[in-house]
Amino acid sequence: MAKVVVITSGKGGVGKTTTAAAFAAGLALRGHKTVVIDFDVGLRNLDLIMGCERRVVFDFINVINGDANLNQALIKDKRNDNLFIFPTSQTRDKDALRREGVDRVLEELKTQFDYIICDSPAGIEHGAITALYFADSAIIVTNPEVSSVRDSDRIIGILASRSRRAERNEPPVELNLLLTRYDPGRVAKGEMLTVEDVKEILSIPLLGVIPESESVLRASNTGTPVAFDSDSLAGRAYLDAVARFLGEQREMRFVKPERRNLFRVLFGKA
Amino acid sequence: MGLLNLFFSPHRHSAAIAKERLKIVLAHERAGRHAPDFLPKLQRELIDVVCRYVEIREDMIRVNLGKSGETSLLEINIEFDGAKPMLAGLAGARTAAPPVKSG
Repeated sequence: MAKVVVITSGKGGVGKTTTAAAFAAGLALRGHKTVVIDFDVGLRNLDLIMGCERRVVFDFINVINGDANLNQALIKDKRNDNLFIFPTSQTRDKDALRREGVDRVLEELKTQFDYIICDSPAGIEHGAITALYFADSAIIVTNPEVSSVRDSDRIIGILASRSRRAERNEPPVELNLLLTRYDPGRVAKGEMLTVEDVKEILSIPLLGVIPESESVLRASNTGTPVAFDSDSLAGRAYLDAVARFLGEQREMRFVKPERRNLFRVLFGKA
Repeated sequence: MGLLNLFFSPHRHSAAIAKERLKIVLAHERAGRHAPDFLPKLQRELIDVVCRYVEIREDMIRVNLGKSGETSLLEINIEFDGAKPMLAGLAGARTAAPPVKSG
C-alpha cells in the first residue's frame, strides 16, 4: 500500500525542500519507487533542487485540470530509476490546487508508487493545508530555534485536527520530527537548543538530526539531492533518517561536536 | 579579557532562556487551540449584555470551555468587585445605543 508523506514545518527556510529531495532520493536508493511532489504553487523550486528544471513541460496543475496526463508530467530522475519528480505550476492562482483534483491525482499515483513525498509550502494557507490534508505520515522539519519550534507545534496541532484522517476519525497521521541545521558546537556552548530540548517541547518521535553542513548548499548549487552525496555528513544523516523511517534502528550520529583531527584541518573535508 | 568572556559571557545560557520561553508560550497556545471559534464573539456579546446593568471592563469577564469527564462545561466568570450599577435611565439608553467597549 502506497504511503503519502508530507514534509512540513510551518516556518519557511528551515529545509523542507532539501528534506523532501533528500528523503525521496534516500527511499529510491533503498529500492522503493518514490515520487516527490512540489505543493508550492507559484513558487516552484523542487525542480531546481532535484536538478531537473530544464525538463519541466507539464505540471501538477495541468494534470489536475486534465490538460496533461500523469505520465506526461512526471520527470524520471537520471540518477536513480526509482525516483520521479512531479513539478508544480508557476501560476499565481493559489486556488488552482483544488482538493478533489489533488485527491484524484494522489489516488492515481498510489497505484504506481510505494512512497509519495509531498513538499509543503511554508505557512498555514491553502497550499500547506492541502499538502498535509491527505497525509498518512508527516515529517516535521524543525530548526533548533524558537520561531521554528513554535511553528512546528502549530503545524502538529493542525495535522491532528484538519487532516483527512482527523476528519474521518481514522488513526492519526504518523508524526516524526526531523531536526535540521543542527550545530553541535553551538549546542555545547549553550547557545542552541539541544535535540533533547526540542524533543521534550514538541513530544513527537525523533527521526533524525541533520547537522549544519556546507554540503547542503553545494547540493542545491548543483541540483543534486544531498542524500546522493554519501560522503557528506548531511547526506549520511539523511540516509540514517530514511533507514529509521523504514523501521531500522540506527544510532543518532552528528549530535556531538566533532574533534578536529589533523586530516580534516589539512584537507578541509566537510 | 578573551578568556574571561569565555567563562562569563552573557550569552552563554541563551538556549536555556529559549527553552523556558517556548514552554510558556506553547502551554498558552495549546490551551487555546481546541476552543471553538464562537468563544470570542460570545464573550463580546456577554459583555454588552452585562454592561447594560453594571459597569464592567472587558477583562472582568472570562469565558472558558472545559471538560469534566464526559461532559463539556462552558464556564463563565464575571468579576463584580468594584463594578458600579448602571442608572436605570442610562441602562435603557445603552440598550438602544451601539455597544460601548470600555477598558
